[in-house]
Amino acid sequence: MLSKGLKRKREEEEEKESLAVDALWLDPGHAAVAQAPPAVASSSLFDLSVLKLHHSLQQSEPDLRHLVLVVNTLRRIQASMAPAAALPPVPSPPVAPSMANNLLASSDAALSASMASLLEDLSHIEGLSQAPQPLADEGPPGRSIGGAAPSLGALDLLGPASGCLLDDGLEGLFEDIDTSMYDNELWAPASEGLKPGPEDGPGKEEAPELDEAELDYLMDVLVGTQALERPPGPGR
Amino acid sequence: MIPGIGTLTQDTLWCFSQVKGTIEIGTTEANVLPSGLLPSGQNKLGPWCSPTGSPAPLSCETGCGEGSWILVCRLLVPTQVSLLSMEEDIDTRKINNSFLRDHSYATEADIISTVEFNHTGELLATGDKGGRVVIFQREQESKNQIHRRGEYNVYSTFQSHEPEFDYLKSLEIEEKINKIRWLPQQNAAYFLLSTNDKTVKLWKVSERDKRPEGYNLKDEEGRLRDPATITTLRVPVLRPMDLMVEATPRRVFANAHTYHINSISVNSDYETYMSADDLRINLWNFEITNQSFNIVDIKPANMEELTEVITAAEFHPHHCNTFVYSSSKGTIRLCDMRASALCDRHTKFFEEPEDPSNRSFFSEIISSISDVKFSHSGRYIMTRDYLTVKVWDLNMENRPIETYQVHDYLRSKLCSLYENDCIFDKFECVWNGSDSVIMTGSYNNFFRMFDRNTKRDVTLEASRENSKPRAILKPRKVCVGGKRRKDEISVDSLDFSKKILHTAWHPSENIIAVAATNNLYIFQDKVN
Repeated sequence: MLSKGLKRKREEEEEKESLAVDALWLDPGHAAVAQAPPAVASSSLFDLSVLKLHHSLQQSEPDLRHLVLVVNTLRRIQASMAPAAALPPVPSPPVAPSMANNLLASSDAALSASMASLLEDLSHIEGLSQAPQPLADEGPPGRSIGGAAPSLGALDLLGPASGCLLDDGLEGLFEDIDTSMYDNELWAPASEGLKPGPEDGPGKEEAPELDEAELDYLMDVLVGTQALERPPGPGR
Repeated sequence: MIPGIGTLTQDTLWCFSQVKGTIEIGTTEANVLPSGLLPSGQNKLGPWCSPTGSPAPLSCETGCGEGSWILVCRLLVPTQVSLLSMEEDIDTRKINNSFLRDHSYATEADIISTVEFNHTGELLATGDKGGRVVIFQREQESKNQIHRRGEYNVYSTFQSHEPEFDYLKSLEIEEKINKIRWLPQQNAAYFLLSTNDKTVKLWKVSERDKRPEGYNLKDEEGRLRDPATITTLRVPVLRPMDLMVEATPRRVFANAHTYHINSISVNSDYETYMSADDLRINLWNFEITNQSFNIVDIKPANMEELTEVITAAEFHPHHCNTFVYSSSKGTIRLCDMRASALCDRHTKFFEEPEDPSNRSFFSEIISSISDVKFSHSGRYIMTRDYLTVKVWDLNMENRPIETYQVHDYLRSKLCSLYENDCIFDKFECVWNGSDSVIMTGSYNNFFRMFDRNTKRDVTLEASRENSKPRAILKPRKVCVGGKRRKDEISVDSLDFSKKILHTAWHPSENIIAVAATNNLYIFQDKVN
């Protein structure tokens, strides 16, 4: 962060290094371009941009200019990380589930839906960058991932009805959330944690509690929206 | 000194004239206090207004030791201002107490968000983040003080916009004043438009220095007299009273913008004006508040396809059918309202091809235009993007005729500036009265002037340390690398929280107003 006066030398060196790498990467005449792209520099920029996008979307009324610029920059970075034309479909986004959990815990229903569609798009990139996390094979893919040009669906929530729970478009937003993925994540540890009982100590008890809270939250979200979609019939 | 001839020759020296605002101890935009917190060891300032409540000359020079500042009390003259209701759709008469900011430390509400001279330069208006408008008036020049060329004193203060809550969307609407635009003066009163994110208001500022006395049927307090006691006929006479400046909201133009208003511009016909948000531009008639015409709409049918937003818009100074708007992709479109009702198809399209040697991931962000201004002549437009100011000839669309580097040393720092969001800062730019010099702000409270004729440029600083009365401003220099000279400042020492986003230039004289966070600096050229 640039602030008044003092800046740690080490940060400065790291920034210079990453900037130099970026410059290297972008210079068409440089020999380094022929080699493998320095994924480290670009992926940090990519992560930063995703964070910014997330932060922007979290605002109740996002700054449209900021959002559009970040999205376009993200597209540029994405394009540079995947210079090949066709994007092969990815079986399952490895980082997505943990990201989803983190994001959902702090967001409301509409945001979680926007994140879902955003993650769908990001899954293209996750499969292509040399992500350190191994591909998780925990169940079927969350949603169908096409190889078409990515469209960041997060933006379709911006408009007069953004944030309004009674929006007509709400039904479609939850269609692509595959609860089975969350079931795999959350149910399994919870059920395992409950079985052993108190002799496992306070450390393990914390984990099932957390999962239960997350689970409750998710169930509220799902049941709540289902209640909105389908008004209760007689006898319900 | 010939008014209007402003050039940056070697003879032009800028000197400090006044500064308005609360004295803060190391307060910048990054660390202003939330309201209610009191810093320790603050300077207590003098009384806000004279005890009688009459308008006091609020710029007073007090020496406070060596290297002294000009201490200026932030104006707060409550008895001067009242909100009167004149129309059925405005709240009934009330005295709005919420704008009395009775503190002497800087809060976020005090951050100045817009600065604008009126058409004669007699008045200078500022808007701040707290929704308040402060108008300064230039004092009449007296023969005795020829070296002080008319200082600006507080004329009127009023709360233009209040924080609102949109219940339908559960959103808070900021009261920050985004823009102020003056209407040309047509009678004794002054009119200005002020806008926040959603609502534009037309304010009338008028003076009252007489009041009627001696009513026949009413006594002095306004109570009806008993008719039996009335034996003579009296005609009320106007008697002088202490000058009172009133600000009244005459029109409220609301509910026409879904997105955030970034610009307003008064048309040269003085009957209409436009307001622009991120995706749409609306045309209003001053007399009609319940409808407006949409003249530009760039919202895509599917918001997923949104890649560009409107960043600024302005009417041509002479041709009432012509206006321009700029975009986040660094383009400017000139539109003619005679061509069609919806000006989605531009008449002219200004864009400079990207320089391949300067390409980076941030190319688009730094090309985003933050301000667009017609020259007074109407022949040129000036645009400001993150690193440069460009002057375009209306007759040449493929590239600007002039490009000025504001702070090119930041080009290698774009990654950090992206990280801390400084790369999204929106700087404004202004022409001088004769269109020969242009000015824009930068970081570290620096601002830059470029002389279009001589190609000279200068960097000056708005700071309390350099604020001795009539002190000549010393040009500043940023050292890029290698050896740093004594007076230079290195790029890494720049304070990025001190940014000059808003500046204004007097329409005919070399007087400039520079907003530095919560302080307003007024500089004049040196009068011999």
